[in-house]
Amino acid sequence: MATLNMLILVCLGYVVLLFGVAFAADRAAAAGKGKWLRSPLIYTLSLSIYCTAWTFYGAVGNAARSGLEFVTIYLGPTLVMVSWWWGLRKLVRIGRSQRVTSIADLISSRYGKSNTLAICVTTLAVLGGTPYIALQLQSITLSFSIFAEADPTGLYREGSSVFWVATGLAAFAILFGTRNLDANERHHGIVTAIALESVVKLVALLAVGIFVVWGIAGGLTPMLDRIDASDIGQWNVDTSRWTTLIFLSAAAFVCLPRMFQVMVVENDDESHLRTAAWAFPLYLLLMSLFVVPIAVVGLDLLPAGSNPDLFVLTVPLSQGNDGLAMLSFIGGFSSATSMVIVTAMALSTMVSNHVVMPIWLNTQEGSSPVSGDVRKIVLIARRLSIAAIMALGYFYYRLSGGGAALASIGLVAFAGLSQILPALVGALFWRGATRVGALAGLTVGFVLWIYTLLLPGMEGGIIPVSMIENGPFGLGWLRPQALFGIEGIDPMVHAVVWSLSLNTIAFCVGSLLSFPSPLERLQGAQFVNVFDHSASPHGWSGSVAQSEDLMIMTQRILGTGAAQEFFQAEAARQKGREGRLPEPTPGFLERLERELSGSVGAATAHAMIGQIVGGAAVSVEDLLAVADESAQMLEYSNQLETKSAELSRTARQLRDANAKLTQLSMQKDAFLSQVSHELRTPMTSIRAFSEIMRDTGGMSDEDQMRFSSIIHDEALRLTRLLDDLLDLSVLESGQVSLNMLDGTVQGVLDRAVATALTGGERALALRRTRSAERITLYTDLDRLGQVFINLISNAQKYCDADEPELTIATHDIGGQVVIDFIDNGSGIPPEAQAMVFEKFARVGSDKAGGAGLGLAICREIMQRLGGDISYLPEQGGAGFRVTLPLAFRQAAQ
Amino acid sequence: MSLSEDGTARRSAARPPLFLERQSYRRRRLMDAARLLPFFGAALLVIPLLWPDQSDGADAVPLSSAMFYIFACWGLLILIGLVFGFAARRLSKGEGRASEGE
Repeated sequence: MATLNMLILVCLGYVVLLFGVAFAADRAAAAGKGKWLRSPLIYTLSLSIYCTAWTFYGAVGNAARSGLEFVTIYLGPTLVMVSWWWGLRKLVRIGRSQRVTSIADLISSRYGKSNTLAICVTTLAVLGGTPYIALQLQSITLSFSIFAEADPTGLYREGSSVFWVATGLAAFAILFGTRNLDANERHHGIVTAIALESVVKLVALLAVGIFVVWGIAGGLTPMLDRIDASDIGQWNVDTSRWTTLIFLSAAAFVCLPRMFQVMVVENDDESHLRTAAWAFPLYLLLMSLFVVPIAVVGLDLLPAGSNPDLFVLTVPLSQGNDGLAMLSFIGGFSSATSMVIVTAMALSTMVSNHVVMPIWLNTQEGSSPVSGDVRKIVLIARRLSIAAIMALGYFYYRLSGGGAALASIGLVAFAGLSQILPALVGALFWRGATRVGALAGLTVGFVLWIYTLLLPGMEGGIIPVSMIENGPFGLGWLRPQALFGIEGIDPMVHAVVWSLSLNTIAFCVGSLLSFPSPLERLQGAQFVNVFDHSASPHGWSGSVAQSEDLMIMTQRILGTGAAQEFFQAEAARQKGREGRLPEPTPGFLERLERELSGSVGAATAHAMIGQIVGGAAVSVEDLLAVADESAQMLEYSNQLETKSAELSRTARQLRDANAKLTQLSMQKDAFLSQVSHELRTPMTSIRAFSEIMRDTGGMSDEDQMRFSSIIHDEALRLTRLLDDLLDLSVLESGQVSLNMLDGTVQGVLDRAVATALTGGERALALRRTRSAERITLYTDLDRLGQVFINLISNAQKYCDADEPELTIATHDIGGQVVIDFIDNGSGIPPEAQAMVFEKFARVGSDKAGGAGLGLAICREIMQRLGGDISYLPEQGGAGFRVTLPLAFRQAAQ
Repeated sequence: MSLSEDGTARRSAARPPLFLERQSYRRRRLMDAARLLPFFGAALLVIPLLWPDQSDGADAVPLSSAMFYIFACWGLLILIGLVFGFAARRLSKGEGRASEGE
């Protein structure tokens, strides 16, 4: 009889062996040796953590109770494996190309790196996983107790043994599961240890089966007869349970965190799936081959009422085959430990990446992640998570009391985790699946699972029996095990059908009604069309990223060596930057993000790089901001354009003004030279004649008279000129004072004609219409007369007709007095017409001796009087028009 | 699928067409088979539900026969999977990386 101490010794020895194998495998992998560590065989064997202690022990128990139903749990995964070409292959490809760390990471990454979704999946996984861990602890404890019963000498306490088992498993998971941070680096140690355990449990179960068939039953044919003769010897399965459980196990096979860990995360080579596709179903077949014989023989041999779940142990024990019992125990122990270790590892990755790290990052808000030792924090978070998950499992086991309720918890966990299936399938195959849809589906499925399966199944009555029978608040259609009044369904089938169907509907409707963010759409295309392109999911713009900051952060996460290696490889990839830090190009940032997401998860890596680079991926908001900015710039540029137009207008005005000033200056110079010239001519004559008179003695009186009259005339001319100049400057400067008086046009004209024609050398005939001239004026009559005198004497002087004639016509046109002076001469040539009112402007020869100021003075006077004077072309002679406003006349009345 | 068809068309333009037509045709039919396999397996595993069970009394199918049927189906699926695995490897080697697409 095996003693308990012996058992414990063997157990410890086995654990030490596992440690050794794991350690050696890690060393070999680190040294780059051990190609066999990455063989398809190891991959296939590691998948067999699907077979936990629940299946190792429980399959026989299940067979003893309900015949062949147990086989559904293996048939589902078989169907999944044979469809690897279009299912798992895609999942593994995505997992590798996106450097996914867990199923929560995959879902989060697909739906726009949403951490909310990741937390949802993590919660679901922890809730479903904890009882499952408790189940493994229970199976180990139960198997211990079998040996303890058989060994009365041993001191065995159930409670402490569970505690030590849990502690030991946690230590193993922490030691080998969190040695390297990058969850995407393969855990060769653990995987190899698991592969070894898979072999052990298969060998153990096969050994017990062979012993039962050929050792006890006496061969194959007697065994088959014995099966048919037993209580379960007839085909008897519940139709709905059969199909539901096949489906459920298929779904759970993909969704269980530990399966995802070994199948996708730990996958070294996609082509391993090709081998696993047939080798893993073969493994499952072998595992279930002897289940029914063991159950039948157990039912036959053992006393009624013994626990069929432990037939694998008790049958060899009852036959006194201690060695086989020991092997069987080790097989069960292997199943439990491998499952617990991988589950704890997978769950801890999820918890640390999606719960602890985001919280930590939030508390570090403001300071960039380079300031803290992220690597250490992630590791600590992961280790603490493993410890916490094991503690949860332990407490769950203690609280539930390890009763029969635990036996069904395996399927309950399956049903819970299958709620991820719609979101997962949508993530892989439907580009229209959105975050909102996934959240809705998960929430609906999760709530229904808890309500219809988890709570009613719990012993101890978390919800009262009355509620299960009558529904909450007496609402019959809400009964947890008969939703919408549909009764008579197996509770498991009921829960799975309702939760998964409503989950799928919520997922589809949510996806159809919502609109995905740009990142979601990009990731969706990446996932669904993963075989077409493995391009980047989004671009970082690295223009502001600091390579040093990135380097420091990467060191904190990956460790100094790995970070430097990565950056050097990057620098080498960027030509011409060998030996220096690489430029933060979008491609580099993307590869860095993937590298980091292998350690801390997609959402966290995204956030960390975002903190350093300073810009998240381009979102619609960003695009809108850019558009806004462009609009502002456009507006600004419009403003600039307006201003520039204004400036150029001002510049043109300035140029014009400058040109005018230059012209005026030139005019002034011309005026000055004109004046000097005009003054010098008479001065020259005066000086010449006065010198003659002074120097010539004995001059005749006649000569003297002639010379002095010339001097006099010139002096007069000078005076006149100076008078005119003075007059003009007074008028131009506006300092003239007007002597306003009442009078008529006729009176002014009469005086002007008398003055102008007095002493004229030539006769000038005047034609006037006296009746029209009786217009009363209120103006400076002397000044107006001056204008008239000037015009009349001009006509007298310059009219070249044989019989000069001047017509003076007065009109009253539109409130203005218009007086035209038109002679019958040849007039002023057109080219000189514009000049006649300028100073010193003279037409023709200087025979009249005028200074050329007369018309300039006339214009100044008329402008002072509020009127104007202009030249009238095409009148048959020279014509001038004097205009006076009538306002002056009316003001006089 | 459409993409690999395009790819096939491009490749067939570069090489002797008859041989390659057949090759890619075989590959595509093999993928069809891979897609059909799980449905075939599911159909096989649902058949036992039609059998007379314990409630039908003496006519019930004995458990040994049921086991034999189910394990035979299982074995068949494994065998097909094995053959498909080898065929897929041979074809993917023959076609290079391009056959990695669907």
